[in-house]
Amino acid sequence: MSLLELHAVDKIFGGLHAVRAVSFQVEKGAIFGLIGPNGAGKTTLFNLITGVYTPEHGRISFAGKNIAGLKPALIAERGIARTFQNIRVFRTMTVAENVMVAGHHLHKASIAAAMLRTRSYERDEQALAKRAQELLEILGLAELAGEVAGSLPYGSQRRLEIARGLMLSPELLLLDEPAAGMNSQEARTLNEQIRFLRDQLGLTVILVEHNMAVVMNVCETIHVVDHGETIAEGSPAEIKVHPKVLAAYLGEEQPADEASS
Amino acid sequence: MRAVIRLAVASAVLLAIYGLQFGVEAGFTEYVQRIILLAGINVILAVGLNLINGTTGQFSIGHAGFMAVGAYGAAFVGVQLARPVHAALGSGPFADALIFNLALLAGALFAGISGLIVGMPSLRLRGDYLAVVTLGFGEIIRILFNNASFLGSATGYSGNDPSGLPAYTNFFWVFAWATAIVLLIHNLTFSQTGRSLTAIREDEIAAEAMATPTTRLKVTAFAISAATAGIAGGLFAHMQAGVRPEDFRFERSIDMVVMIIVGGLGSISGAILGGIFVAVSLELMRDLQQYRLVLYALLLIVIMIVRPEGLLGTRELHQLLRRKSPKPAPRKTEGA
Amino acid sequence: MTQFLQQIINGLSLGSIYALIALGYTMVYGILKLINFAHGEVFMVGAYTGFYAAGALGVAGFEASGRGFPLYLALLVLIVAMAAAALLGVAIEFLAYRPVRSAPRLTPLITAIGVSLFLQNAGMLLFSPNPQRYPAILSEVRFELFGVIVTNIKLTIFAVALCLMLGLHLFVQKTWTGRAMRALSFNIDAAKLMGIDTNQVIRSTFAIGSGLAAAGGILFGLDQITINPLMGVLTGLKAFVAAVLGGIGSIPGAVVGGLLIGLAEQLTAGYLSPEYRDAITFVILILILLLKPEGLLGVVRVEKV
Repeated sequence: MSLLELHAVDKIFGGLHAVRAVSFQVEKGAIFGLIGPNGAGKTTLFNLITGVYTPEHGRISFAGKNIAGLKPALIAERGIARTFQNIRVFRTMTVAENVMVAGHHLHKASIAAAMLRTRSYERDEQALAKRAQELLEILGLAELAGEVAGSLPYGSQRRLEIARGLMLSPELLLLDEPAAGMNSQEARTLNEQIRFLRDQLGLTVILVEHNMAVVMNVCETIHVVDHGETIAEGSPAEIKVHPKVLAAYLGEEQPADEASS
Repeated sequence: MRAVIRLAVASAVLLAIYGLQFGVEAGFTEYVQRIILLAGINVILAVGLNLINGTTGQFSIGHAGFMAVGAYGAAFVGVQLARPVHAALGSGPFADALIFNLALLAGALFAGISGLIVGMPSLRLRGDYLAVVTLGFGEIIRILFNNASFLGSATGYSGNDPSGLPAYTNFFWVFAWATAIVLLIHNLTFSQTGRSLTAIREDEIAAEAMATPTTRLKVTAFAISAATAGIAGGLFAHMQAGVRPEDFRFERSIDMVVMIIVGGLGSISGAILGGIFVAVSLELMRDLQQYRLVLYALLLIVIMIVRPEGLLGTRELHQLLRRKSPKPAPRKTEGA
Repeated sequence: MTQFLQQIINGLSLGSIYALIALGYTMVYGILKLINFAHGEVFMVGAYTGFYAAGALGVAGFEASGRGFPLYLALLVLIVAMAAAALLGVAIEFLAYRPVRSAPRLTPLITAIGVSLFLQNAGMLLFSPNPQRYPAILSEVRFELFGVIVTNIKLTIFAVALCLMLGLHLFVQKTWTGRAMRALSFNIDAAKLMGIDTNQVIRSTFAIGSGLAAAGGILFGLDQITINPLMGVLTGLKAFVAAVLGGIGSIPGAVVGGLLIGLAEQLTAGYLSPEYRDAITFVILILILLLKPEGLLGVVRVEKV
């Protein structure tokens, strides 16, 4: 049984058929790529998986259970974490606080306990802070723990989003354009980090990305969508030469005698 | 051991407040004393409102309604309890203290429940709609009290005694409650719950994606905020001869908004400063009511244009003394 | 039955006034996504401008001699009030809303509340806080129709409101500015990119909305006889609820919403109790926001994540 299965998922916004009968399966431990031209519906698919949108038709199952239409907070609890295309860190909070926010399952103390600062509350806080520090170290953000998140450079903010997501102890991590704005050195580091997340932390990763150096290098399976529909799925080698994929990104090839002189 | 230390500190603080009371009552005129009491009550209102408007970023402008519920609730329960408690414990200060605090707690409970009732449907709405709905609820509450004959309708409720409600409120009770509430709200704001509320303010969608139970937390914060307004209402009621719907008009909600805007939306110390500011300006401009409101209006407009974060922004006084943290880059708001 | 018809007539005329005010709310919100809290006060200023203009034109004299205020002077009063309100609306936009247009949503909301508060209290200082009797710009003539009392004032309200709404409809559909207004309400950034001078269009929107509110103010004064500086608070709120009920951002919605609120208020006052005539509007607000927040004629907005 795959970790995540989408079956014939449709998403319609008024007149716009944003996602049309998309199906794919992601095995546990895979690094799965989701690519396509702008507006193809990739982020919409992420939003469908994480419960921000509800599909009109189709099934989305995670670890065997249907999650289509569940609330985002519930889906996050079940083990799906995500980052955002437009970076949504909590800008006025510190880096450490950003990560700690996601630690609800580690922090069982009640509101009353928080107000009275009971011993069990203090214990939970310490455990949470410790775990947050560990995650920041993994993502190389430990020295920035006390900095205000909004003042960080974009690359660090993206890593912060990942650290924050990891606090959920997820099984599945959805990364939405993590390489945006990175140079080739940073992209290479990102590749290593993604592999680390899978190899050392046992995560399954789905990647929406435009940067082909990242996608082709780190993904094992790539699923291509255009205008909301699946047009191809396969290994990076297969996708690189797939005619439909090339057509979608580069346009149809014109016959030679139509080229202007 | 920890509990013993805490008890000792609490007793010391209460003793200090009690001692201060003698100083205040001896050293200031009735007029000034009243301002001081109102300032204390405002602090409670401001810090409570700041929890929902500032920390959680949910704009509620009908809080006078919750203050009214607390005021009427405390007044009513206090009057009902007077006979049985005096019968059991005589009529000394201990009995009065018991009646008063039970009444205040009852008022807070009623206010908290009304906060739940208002909050549950409303907190699903977007910012400006939430503001209008809370305004509407505030008015509905006032209209209900205005038409409740067993609570005196428009003339108000003053209990069974011809001289009005017992004047339980004094410096000690106002500032003991203010200290307690400021402490509790402070602890809440700087806890995991507080972090979650701030996350909701910053980016509710991201907060949800991080498994934050946003609706439950918003409603809970709203109820706590309403309950504190209830305590303030109860304290206010027992400074007056009676409780009237007139005291809880929309202007009162605006006063509360001014308190937290001036001090800085999201800052507890800012709310305290704002509360004091409003109490003082209220009295200083007592004869110039119309001008006071014009001043508040201009203040709101100018602050929004020139320095929207108010005096302290989201920072606390003690943070100003440390190294100033860099301001986050301004961001154009998206759809939300 | 006649009692019912009477309430309907009264409700519709009141509703027409609400509709005129609601149009201003809905147009501004459609473009700027801002609740113009001060709009109720513009309505109030319009009513008072009519009051003072009529006074300046000697309405008292006409009343005393029993001749009736000439129609052309009444029209002049209307035009003057609408123009004054339009200027006020544009001034508010320029001074208070434009500086905070790009700020997070809470800031313009607070500014709007501040402007509203300012105008209310400035009104009390300038116009006297006591209610004033509205001059007989139109002398009342009653007649009976199927047992129902109809006055020429009610008919005037219907006529004026209808004309203004038709005028607005034509303006929005046929003129360049009107089309630009619709474009801005769909996507203000795209409109800017298309070379539309958004500031100009926003100014026009405020001007038109304010003018309509002023007309509503004069009609309100004629209908309700007394005016006071705080009249904009409650009426403004009700008109806002009307705009929400109809679907905020939708012009036909504002009209429908206004009429419905007017009817609901009259029927509640007539059949339930006059005490609750104001409360019913709040109840409708809460119900509509809970059950159908986009309003009767509005469109559901999807948020991009």
